[in-house]
Amino acid sequence: MTLRLVLIGAVLVLAALPALNRLPAENALHVSDFIVSIAGKWITYAVLALAIDLAWGYAGILSLGHGAFFALGGYAIGMHLMRLIGPRGVYGHPVLPDFMVFLGYKELPWYWLGFDHFPFAILMAMLVPGVLAGVVGYLAFRSRITGVYLSIITQALTYALMLAFFRNDMGFGGNNGFTDFKELLGMPLNTAAARGALFYASLLLLLGALWICSRVTRSKLGRVLVAIRDAESRARFLGYDVTQHKLFVFVLSAMIAGLAGALYVPQVGIINPGEFSPGNSIEAVIWVAVGGRGTLVGALLGAFSVNALKTWLTTVAPDLWLFALGGLFVAVTLFLPRGLIGLFSRAQR
Amino acid sequence: MRTGAAEHGGGAGGFPAPPFLKVDMRQLLLALGLMLWLALPARAQDAFTAALPGLAGGFSDIATSVEQLGVLGDPRALPVLRALQEGRLQRTADGRVLLPGGIDAATGQAADAAAAETVRLNNRVRQALRGALGRLQLVSPDAAERGAAAEAIFRARSAEDVPLLQAAIAREADAGVRAKMVLALAAAQLVAPDEEAKRAAVARLGAAGAAEARALLLEARASNPDMATAIDVSVATIDRALSIRRAAETLFQGLSLGSVLLLAALGLAVTFGVMGVINMAHGEFVMLGAYATFVVQEACRGTPWLAPWSLPLSVPAAFLVAAAAGAVLERGLIRHLYGRPLETLLMTFGVGMILQQAVRVAFGAQNREVISPAWMQGTLMLPGGVAVTQNRLWIIVFGIAVLLLVVAAIRFTRFGLEMRAVVQNRRIAATMGIRTGRVDALTFAFGSGIAGMAGVAVSQIDNVSPNLGTGYIIDSFMVVVFGGVGSLTGTLVGALTLGVVNKVLEPYAGAVLAKVFVLVAIMLFIQRRPRGLFALKGRAAES
Repeated sequence: MTLRLVLIGAVLVLAALPALNRLPAENALHVSDFIVSIAGKWITYAVLALAIDLAWGYAGILSLGHGAFFALGGYAIGMHLMRLIGPRGVYGHPVLPDFMVFLGYKELPWYWLGFDHFPFAILMAMLVPGVLAGVVGYLAFRSRITGVYLSIITQALTYALMLAFFRNDMGFGGNNGFTDFKELLGMPLNTAAARGALFYASLLLLLGALWICSRVTRSKLGRVLVAIRDAESRARFLGYDVTQHKLFVFVLSAMIAGLAGALYVPQVGIINPGEFSPGNSIEAVIWVAVGGRGTLVGALLGAFSVNALKTWLTTVAPDLWLFALGGLFVAVTLFLPRGLIGLFSRAQR
Repeated sequence: MRTGAAEHGGGAGGFPAPPFLKVDMRQLLLALGLMLWLALPARAQDAFTAALPGLAGGFSDIATSVEQLGVLGDPRALPVLRALQEGRLQRTADGRVLLPGGIDAATGQAADAAAAETVRLNNRVRQALRGALGRLQLVSPDAAERGAAAEAIFRARSAEDVPLLQAAIAREADAGVRAKMVLALAAAQLVAPDEEAKRAAVARLGAAGAAEARALLLEARASNPDMATAIDVSVATIDRALSIRRAAETLFQGLSLGSVLLLAALGLAVTFGVMGVINMAHGEFVMLGAYATFVVQEACRGTPWLAPWSLPLSVPAAFLVAAAAGAVLERGLIRHLYGRPLETLLMTFGVGMILQQAVRVAFGAQNREVISPAWMQGTLMLPGGVAVTQNRLWIIVFGIAVLLLVVAAIRFTRFGLEMRAVVQNRRIAATMGIRTGRVDALTFAFGSGIAGMAGVAVSQIDNVSPNLGTGYIIDSFMVVVFGGVGSLTGTLVGALTLGVVNKVLEPYAGAVLAKVFVLVAIMLFIQRRPRGLFALKGRAAES
């Protein structure tokens, strides 16, 4: 109960941030642009953490490739943002983005069609990760690839995607990816209004994802997922279709991650193949582990606390951050298997 | 003058010794010396010296005498023509030709270079020079130079070279150079009027199987329509030879990539395949091995006799460093997580991060270079013209050696026996008096040490940098998973297959897409053989 109160309080504080940002700078409650933009970024990270927690904490699917779904969502919205630049690019081509002009494209590749419409881009930000997760998940779960094997395969998946997106002739901007965005839905991106709107959109997404995840985990479906996590063979012998259950949760999780990526990219203003790097995915997994997997609040707590630590350490002592992150992996797995939430609930008892 | 001196000397010998003998003796010696000095080049002198004055004339004279000098095959013509080519040959008003330093090309003596001017070239002379120098090099004492000359003639190919080449082939002792000359002869005969020789040349060019010969034949096909069929047969022969050579080279590259994968995956086959411990820091152990190689190299740099052997020395060093790190990791951390593979995965990933960052802090983020010793450098030509880089060949040898070592250690040693016992049944092994904890630590250290040895090989073909390991970890897992967990044979087959498939796909799809295809192919492959490839033994097996 107290947990829920804390959660509501935290959401209210977050919701107040853009409004406080509008206060004059000398006001004691004024919040800087930096805080707002970084909080907006963390909210999308928290959504990614939720997605991972849904798959890992509840269904035992440790995906080391969720960063790929996140990045794919980001690329989908990035394509839309690139189309919106229009003739304002360096080369001034009415349709083609700068990098395509530079690479000598004559017309848009077919898979870029439709991305000039915002709803289509958002749909793709969900569908592409969803379909990819569906295919990979179907192949993997059907042949009963579980545990670390699935982890390695999903890691190979994001690694392969990273390599592929680094290629110039993929038509996704190669090494440089997409950047230099101008506007979204008619709002110039570098204004306080746009930052605020994106922030609230992220917050809405977070609440929506939280609502869906808690509905799923509290339903009978959620209890079957936990059963599969704890004893997959037993769940199968009891007559549950393990493959379908896992597939459902994996696809749902990938779609949530894709949406998070779609809101992440306009806020940071860049998307490049580095987002696919296996390190990113596994870092997101550690957010969940630190917060406490198997509890939705834990995922959020982990995403915010680890990223706060990262922001602080990389400015204070950049060399120490990777030691700290590595140390977190070791400490959490050895000493805090239930994460920070586990600490709280133990204290409560 | 020469004749005069000889008569005088001869005369002095014929008469009884006069009283002023001393003076006469001096004259005699002088005359004899002169005779000797001039008699040496006497045989070729006519043609050589006769051709020289032309160099002091007009451009067409120069070209003619250059051609003459080229055909003569006189070694003395070489410096003259080289000087001419470099624009350092000078001529005097009275028609003498001077080498750089004011030496008269005809007499070899210093001459007055005051009024000399540089002999200039035009295109015709340059062309003549190239041909002449090429021909002259055929008689050079240096085999490499003769080979280069044969190649030059092959490219220039003119019918005039036929007798020259035939003579050179008859003298040639070096088989490699002779083969080049035979090819050049065939090329020259192809443009010669002799029909019979032309046919023979077509056949010979076909048998040689070189890409240049193919272009030559296609060119000749246009001008000799009556020989089209013969030429087509030869071209087909060449194409066959070339594709075989390409296949052999691809195979070699694939095998060498495969042996790097094998080295990286062997350690994993022990820690993951045998123990069931998933170690994401495995790539960092490879990295530690590479840095150990670097450190050993730096330590040996000061001692000249030790420096070429730093690489063999770093093999045990890398093994020990990585094995020690592995033992500490296993005893300190991993053993607390047995039976929880996902946690082990995350924890070891964190350890890998820490190791990477520690090395980055200690050695800096930039790439470190490990130099291949001289005996590993260079390219080896296998029969059939297959080019093989030596360091990759050594890596293949090294990979096989390490594989045999690992097999032997597991099969034939006490440690291997205990290891297998613990894997098969931990409790019974313990009741038999095997200290299972110690065996765990040793097994893990063993696998980690193999990763360190892989680092020695990787340092030869890749940049030594703190994130070197990340590039190998996913591939290594793919090899182990593809080949079959817990099977060393599977690891060998898996590594070599992945290496070769990667290299076969590369020309068609590019290096990156080839990798993507392989990853996708593995995912599809395990659809068909999930149990075969994921046949788990040991502790991680599902209960």
